[in-house]
Amino acid sequence: MEVGLTHFLIVSAILFSLGLFAVITRRNAILVLMGVELILNSANINFIAFAKYGGMKLDGQAAAVFVIILAAAEAAVALAIVLNIYQRFKTVNVDEISAMKE
Amino acid sequence: MTLYEAIFYFFAIITLVSAGIVVFSKNVIHSAFSLLFTFFGVTGIYVLLNADFIAVTQLLIYVGGILVLLLFGVMLTNKVIDVELKTGTLQTVPASIIVASIAGVLCGVFYITDWKIIPASMDATKSTTAGLGEMFMTTYLLPFEVASVVLLVALVGAAMIARKERTVE
Repeated sequence: MEVGLTHFLIVSAILFSLGLFAVITRRNAILVLMGVELILNSANINFIAFAKYGGMKLDGQAAAVFVIILAAAEAAVALAIVLNIYQRFKTVNVDEISAMKE
Repeated sequence: MTLYEAIFYFFAIITLVSAGIVVFSKNVIHSAFSLLFTFFGVTGIYVLLNADFIAVTQLLIYVGGILVLLLFGVMLTNKVIDVELKTGTLQTVPASIIVASIAGVLCGVFYITDWKIIPASMDATKSTTAGLGEMFMTTYLLPFEVASVVLLVALVGAAMIARKERTVE
């Protein structure tokens, strides 16, 4: 079978599922963030695959650029929050962090 | 098997195997470093999809920026000399069932759907950078400017949050 749109979509579906699994099961906040990055990457693969097989219109690629920009902003803010949580609670285990303040 | 297919399977396997290591590895450092290969594999897939500009952006921002940021996060929040670096998982069985069913539905839908493929209107071998740049200065001008403000505010906010609190006199 020739490599086409379906192949790229299935790769992105598996990547999405792996990211979702990391977000659900991992206890470490940093690993949850890595799962979110995997999910964003899988969404980007979809955008670019549809852009190519939908007539090479470039709109999908523009959307992918915005996804990358927001992923960078998200990673910076989330890591700042994680570092702050670590300073206060001395742990990054998302199960143990249940209070808004000490 | 053509060269295109061989390259596709090569990058797809790199992406999925290293993403599996990211998700299932017990060691956070191993996860962070195999995320590098995941991003690299995704970059290869972008190149196969004629997205040269996005591929370079992916390398610069994800590998050069976000991954380094995540590594800093790993090193600053774990006692490296300790065994603390290992992390557990929780509720693996229900999560596996849910994720497997979601993956099954997604793959099934992607496989069954008869996608209508529109042949490329422009030369597929042409660089997309000029077209994207023109697009950001015309059609997507407002979202582009808003995104730049969002990025600035987010980074200033991140610096504010991460700084140690000073006691107010």
